[in-house]
Amino acid sequence: MALTIIDACVNCWACEPLCPQQAIHAAKPHFYIEPTQCSECVGDFADPQCASICPVEGAIVDAAGVPLNPPGSLTGITPERMTALQLKRHAPTPLHVIE
Amino acid sequence: MTITVLNQGGKTALTGCAASSCGSSADALAQLPEALRAKINNHPCFSEDAHHHYARMHVAVAPACNIQCHYCNRKYDCSNESRPGVVSEVLTPDQAVKKTLAVAAAIPQMTVLGIAGPGDPLANPARTFATFRQLTAKAPDIKLCVSTNGLALPEVIDELCQHNIEHVTITINCVDPDIGAQIYPWIFWNHRRIKGRKAAEILIAQQQKGLELLVARGILVKVNSVLIPGINDEHLKEVSRIVKAKGAFLHNVMPLISEPEHGTFYGLTGQRGPTSAELQTLQDACAGDMRMMRHCRQCRADAVGMLGEDRGQEFTLDKIEQLDVDYAAAMVQRAQVHAAIEAKRAAPAPITPTAPLVTLNPQFRTSRPVLMAVASGGGGLVNQHFGEANEFLIYEASNRGVRLVGARTAGRYCHGPAQCDDSSAQRFAKILRVLAGCEVVLCAKIGYEPWQQLEAAGIIPNSEHALESIETAVAAVYQELSASGRFSVDSVATQRRSA
Repeated sequence: MALTIIDACVNCWACEPLCPQQAIHAAKPHFYIEPTQCSECVGDFADPQCASICPVEGAIVDAAGVPLNPPGSLTGITPERMTALQLKRHAPTPLHVIE
Repeated sequence: MTITVLNQGGKTALTGCAASSCGSSADALAQLPEALRAKINNHPCFSEDAHHHYARMHVAVAPACNIQCHYCNRKYDCSNESRPGVVSEVLTPDQAVKKTLAVAAAIPQMTVLGIAGPGDPLANPARTFATFRQLTAKAPDIKLCVSTNGLALPEVIDELCQHNIEHVTITINCVDPDIGAQIYPWIFWNHRRIKGRKAAEILIAQQQKGLELLVARGILVKVNSVLIPGINDEHLKEVSRIVKAKGAFLHNVMPLISEPEHGTFYGLTGQRGPTSAELQTLQDACAGDMRMMRHCRQCRADAVGMLGEDRGQEFTLDKIEQLDVDYAAAMVQRAQVHAAIEAKRAAPAPITPTAPLVTLNPQFRTSRPVLMAVASGGGGLVNQHFGEANEFLIYEASNRGVRLVGARTAGRYCHGPAQCDDSSAQRFAKILRVLAGCEVVLCAKIGYEPWQQLEAAGIIPNSEHALESIETAVAAVYQELSASGRFSVDSVATQRRSA
């Protein structure tokens, strides 16, 4: 039973000081949870602390690979809308006609 | 013969910027009680005049954050961007102390060490206070300063006050939780993530409590607010009134930065930032009640140097690692430099023989207010070459006098060569955008080509006041051009084409 930090991590450090088991370490390319130490906060807190402060959706997953903060849960932007927004961002800007 | 400089002597009550309340400038400084004046006299962020003379630095020891703001995406690491929340390297407290001593020795006019992130300093209490503890002992001549979102402020206030801290900045974007819910999606509070209106309610309560506690302990509080058009723009007037009533010293309304490429919520969803004119209008509206900061540069959480410059690259970890700073010797030299700066500030400014703005000639009464951009490398003087200016101080001249209304940067979002290989035409187009609304540019020197380009854009270049005090020079140019009828109320001929 352990949580895992995956590639989406932005190395913001927020989780590191909160872990009651000191299982989280700064590492490359991103923070790392020592699986043998992680208790998922059972017995210490109602919610896993790392996942409760993590600002990035999908960056922390459980043993089954399911994100504790699924897409849309923190930003309120649904995955479909996020895709649309990103497409819009990368679309070529229309040329302005100068009079 | 005197030049009217607004904020002076309270003689001209302006709509929006009552002379006595716009008080971070030099002359309003003189009206503050001695104890208060001493506190802000050499703090570049709390005193407009001090920022011409003194430098500051931030050390990035505080990466973690306990809230989410829609204008931040928590991806800190970028050497090419200049905006709050961005840093090149996160430091340990020991590294931060070493860097601070190295900078203090190399830049003796650096008087203030702030911790401003890149997360929230008080969400990293161990790292923040370890840095303060060491610096209080090792560098008693450096003021310590902290900038926070306020959530953890009440609980750490006792520890905070043990250090050499006289100034705290709290970012307060709202006092209404319904507005807060549109700015802060969640907070981390009592070991849980709390979302929505409830989160904003807690955050607002903590911020207000923290403000009251700080004021009760005699700490000067600056309130920063991010102006988010359509969300908190009108509301910030109320914020300004409330924080003033609670004893905040200074209010700094900053424009939202929301470039799509930064990947913030606001950037992605197309929330725009305010125009320069919108920002100034709101600042003026708040200024009726409150001292406003107009010289903020929205610097990085690891900025080093005078406001508006960043010498961080000179003090990277690999460069300071080998340094062995003799701080006792540095302190002696720093004291000498500070004394020299104070002597210069105390000396009367060289004033060119020009008549007072208000009384000289009735025709000026019909002149309208005009914005002028000034290229200054510091010291409160017109002393920078136009081509070297990356930022401009924006002054408003009117028949009521001269006042600073802002600072604008051409390269605020990026200083890196990789993204900044603009052609000179692109660069000039960028400068023109920065100068939007300005009718005159004052600089120490300017080349023939940019002179012509400015004139073509309807902006008057002026390098005749090189090395003069900025306010004197702006006043002189205003008088001269008013006399020629250029700024008469009826004349809108000078409105230049939009860039």
